[in-house]
Amino acid sequence: MASKRTAKKFLQFSFLPLAIFTIVLIVPFVNGVYYTFTDWDGFEATKLVGFDNYIKSFQDPTFWATLRFTALFVVVSMVAVNAVAFGLALIVTSKLRSRNILRTFFFVPNLIGGVVLGVIWQFIFNSALVSIANKYDWELFKESWLNDTNKAFWALIIVTVWQSSGYMMIVYITGLISIEQDVLEASQIDGASPARTLFTIKIPLMAQAFTIALFLTLRGGFMAYDVNLALTGGGPFRETELISMHIFQDAFANGNFGTGQSKAVVMFIVVALAALVQVTVSKRYEVQR
Amino acid sequence: MSKRARLGKRITFVVGVILAFAYVFPFFLVFVNSLKLKYDILENPLSIPVSITWDNFQQALEKMNFFRSLTNSIIITVLSVSLLIFFSSMLAYYLARTKKKHTKYIFMILVTSMIVPFQALMIPFMARFAPFVSWNNRGALIFFYIGFGTALSTFLYHGFISNIPTEIDEAASIDGASDLTAFWKIIFPMMRPITATVSIINALWIWNDFLLPRLVLTDESQTLPLSTYLFYGQYSIEYGQAMAGLVLAVIPIVIFYLVLQKQFISGISQGAVK
Repeated sequence: MASKRTAKKFLQFSFLPLAIFTIVLIVPFVNGVYYTFTDWDGFEATKLVGFDNYIKSFQDPTFWATLRFTALFVVVSMVAVNAVAFGLALIVTSKLRSRNILRTFFFVPNLIGGVVLGVIWQFIFNSALVSIANKYDWELFKESWLNDTNKAFWALIIVTVWQSSGYMMIVYITGLISIEQDVLEASQIDGASPARTLFTIKIPLMAQAFTIALFLTLRGGFMAYDVNLALTGGGPFRETELISMHIFQDAFANGNFGTGQSKAVVMFIVVALAALVQVTVSKRYEVQR
Repeated sequence: MSKRARLGKRITFVVGVILAFAYVFPFFLVFVNSLKLKYDILENPLSIPVSITWDNFQQALEKMNFFRSLTNSIIITVLSVSLLIFFSSMLAYYLARTKKKHTKYIFMILVTSMIVPFQALMIPFMARFAPFVSWNNRGALIFFYIGFGTALSTFLYHGFISNIPTEIDEAASIDGASDLTAFWKIIFPMMRPITATVSIINALWIWNDFLLPRLVLTDESQTLPLSTYLFYGQYSIEYGQAMAGLVLAVIPIVIFYLVLQKQFISGISQGAVK
């Protein structure tokens, strides 16, 4: 009787969602890993080829360039997004009367998809800034930033910070307001300066917010595609291609399904390892309450 | 308030205002230029339009098939989010209330799956599901969103259900309610705050998603981000029209946000901290 009821409950409550989850996620994942060890061409796999696809992937110099570029992008965007987001959170949790309206403004870019944001900034970098710079003789922007690999990298960072700092700001706000008021009052009575309070009390007590925000930016950095596509399109000369776009190009534009999928598996392993390291390290700084 | 504190407050205010200005300026620039003629844009993108023209909007509305894409976006987002809520709330209830080995493993698999980037799946994914996609691409897309969204949504619901006392289920069961009735009549209505969170997080993701729709959808079923991107690519020389297209793409979600601002902020903070 009891087991019949649990079986019925399983079927009613979890069978469909688990089936869909398995079909959409697990099956392609297992399939994808298997394909990398075969001569799969997008339609059929006739024989096993061992590690050939991986060897070919790592012999591709553009793949190495992409990995380097992506690593740099992930590190710089993580630092920049979180530094800005934490600053914004401090501003909107201060005693300003305008804090709510400021929060609204900071959050707006986050509502809009990366493609639309990328296109907006493409217009700014390619046309608006160039035309203003020529008018007022402003050397820095005379030539579009998107035509130069190094400057295009910074353009990507600027747009990413603008896009995701609002979201991370909310994470930090949640952390900041979770700190008990009496702890802060005690430090004020003891005469701690605002900076001292920030570094020795607030930040350690809200370390969990940093763990989460750093994890989200890390993952976001590796998966970035929309802004990359709409802003630089990988150019100039495919030098600003992040890993997602590289995989997309390799598989769907050039038809290299075997290497494309091996690169995707490499990407998965890199993301998983990086996230694991980051979360373990961050967790160590969290104060148990 | 001491003099120093007041100075600190004033500095914070000035920095905040400058930053807020920087955050909205790109939108302002796009809006201003959407009202201008082509020549005026290239002449000085910063200037206020001398003579306002709504022509750009008319052209953009028509050429990017704005209302068709908007309808597509709304249908896909609403259906996907509703089904996600339906499925993941039930799954989470089952996993949270059945304390068995298999539920623990299932939950662990769900949580771990959140780290898998879509890019690691998309190639075999497209090969495997091509027939399904060509049969009904909108339906396929919704089905995929349910699959990809299940893990996070279930995780959020799971955390919330764990805080609902089991006595409530027991009381319902003693009163003769079946498991399904107890869940939908009693538990589900209690979860409104987390349902709001789940809806907002998923709606933002699905509304703005680009890569998956790009792979799956056809011309007729384009969503707003897709048609904006294609439109901009086609008419990037016609800056005024391109800018009008961007304004149109941004407006629906910004209105939605301004109306539901409180829910957005609390939704995201709850979703992130869990």
